[in-house]
Amino acid sequence: MSLLGDRQQLAYIAAQAADARVNVELETEGMTLNIGPQHPATHGTLRIIARLDGEQVLWADPSCGYMHRGYEKLTEVRSYPQVTALVNRIDWLGSFANEVPFILAAEKLMGVEAPSRAQHIRTILFELSRIANVTLFLGDLGVQLGAVTPVFFAFRDREYVLNLIEGATGGRFHPNFDRIGGLKDDLPAGFIDETRIVMKKLRGFCDQIEDLLFGNEIFQSRTRGIGVIPKDVALQYGLSGANLRASGVDWDLRRDQKLPLAYDKVDFKVITHPDGDSFARCWVRLQEVREATRIVDQLLDTIPAGPIMAKVPKIIKVPEGEAWVSTENPLGEMGYYVVSQGDMGPFRVKIRSASFNNISITPWLLKGVYVPDIITILASLYFILGDIDR
Amino acid sequence: MSSTTDAPTETPRDDVRDAEIARVCAALGSSVVDSLVKPNDDMWIRVTADAWRSTAETLKSLGYTYFGFISAIDWLPSPYGRGEDDPTAPPVERSSVIKQGYAGGDTRFQVIARLVQPFTTLGINIKVDVDDSLMAVDSWSQVFAGANWHERETHEMFGIGFNGHPDLRNMYLPTDFEGFPLRKDFPLLARMVKPWPGIVDVEPLPGDDSEEEGDAS
Repeated sequence: MSLLGDRQQLAYIAAQAADARVNVELETEGMTLNIGPQHPATHGTLRIIARLDGEQVLWADPSCGYMHRGYEKLTEVRSYPQVTALVNRIDWLGSFANEVPFILAAEKLMGVEAPSRAQHIRTILFELSRIANVTLFLGDLGVQLGAVTPVFFAFRDREYVLNLIEGATGGRFHPNFDRIGGLKDDLPAGFIDETRIVMKKLRGFCDQIEDLLFGNEIFQSRTRGIGVIPKDVALQYGLSGANLRASGVDWDLRRDQKLPLAYDKVDFKVITHPDGDSFARCWVRLQEVREATRIVDQLLDTIPAGPIMAKVPKIIKVPEGEAWVSTENPLGEMGYYVVSQGDMGPFRVKIRSASFNNISITPWLLKGVYVPDIITILASLYFILGDIDR
Repeated sequence: MSSTTDAPTETPRDDVRDAEIARVCAALGSSVVDSLVKPNDDMWIRVTADAWRSTAETLKSLGYTYFGFISAIDWLPSPYGRGEDDPTAPPVERSSVIKQGYAGGDTRFQVIARLVQPFTTLGINIKVDVDDSLMAVDSWSQVFAGANWHERETHEMFGIGFNGHPDLRNMYLPTDFEGFPLRKDFPLLARMVKPWPGIVDVEPLPGDDSEEEGDAS
């Protein structure tokens, strides 16, 4: 899968994007192109205003806010247990993963640690929401490049994962299942066997997508060498998740950070790719779904017995303090900076969502690219509107 | 997980972070006003407003190349509480005494940023006081390109300016929006017109009279 032969070409395109060198000899009359807010390629309502010179983008300006719901303000009038219902809706494809860092931050402030069984099940559900989220990305990717078939496979196979999440939590999209000190419920009977079957199916799905899409010549020619993000640029924009690892940064918060989750009990690979182009980002995500199914499989083997809830008071008051917790969510690093003043609700919550940083690179990245590549690049950066606007 | 409450008998130590904060403070010199290390958790420093930009540059050269976020905190207690007052009842008097957070502070507004060393994953939270009359600090967008959007967001939500920022347009709100929504004295209008039904959430369950009040505090 390595593309070392194309290195020089990639470096050229990166340099071209970096200094926005557009073709001055063939200068044509400029044109402003408005993409969105309602556009199939924007996963919601992101609007992009692009100034074109012929087929090349002179500058592009993403305009957010069509889905701003003011969660940071709303958290200040909610109690801690109520906040999870809100933050569920930030990245709505991987909802459970949004709850976990907030709950961990509250637990950190309270000095509570969930029992190991709860941590374990949390991690399973976390990875399941990653699979559900990224599966849809893999299908959607095809649609944006004109291949309609993968999306049907994606919706079919995501449904299996959503059924598992629904079986365990009661909610297909918005579980609201994580509690301070543990989880709301234990796993239902038959969950483990069912999950094993689904994980096998999902690995089959990955093989299928790899065959259908990643081996496709049109897909490769539209993604390879397009939208190259060098390592240092990725870091200073705060890119995270697969976008960062596709630029060759070997950094995964699941592995590199000590959190009360069960990742230290499993053996998994952190997938990186040296190229930093659209293809690399898509490829890293595909491999991460495979890796996530392996993580879930290993965790299913080792679920410890015991309670699923630590002893916490019925009315939760969090002591004064400040805490930052971030986890490796399906879209990247999702973190909460929680300020508590000893009240029943947080004093201030800064929600650092992955897509906001990931998409803030687009004005830089879209300079000098061709119009059809805007769609490819946006698709490969993979954002959820709720995660940008919060 | 902070072990302060788990093991009260022995003082937890964190040599890595202690050494790191010493290194950071030595490099920043007199611009550090205050610093704090929570063992096995996180680091905080507070710098002077004059040194805000140079702090970013210094930390970047010290290996903090990953940009986390920039935001602000309004330390004024909300005059509306948690918005659970009955709108028909007379307004409740609330204290407006400011309780500062980690690494202290002298002003109502503080800008907070987070940078991370990508390969050791040591993170540092940097705070700076925002002078009430100036309501502005220097921009980081020339040091960390990702700061651009974060500063735009902070500007529209808190009304804090960033000197040297290329384009402080609104990110989310309409251009003619008045007020700064994340300031504590900006009312949450939905709560002003109708009592919040979620208050019943904390009613005790039937048949459960074990503990009325939590013992967490």
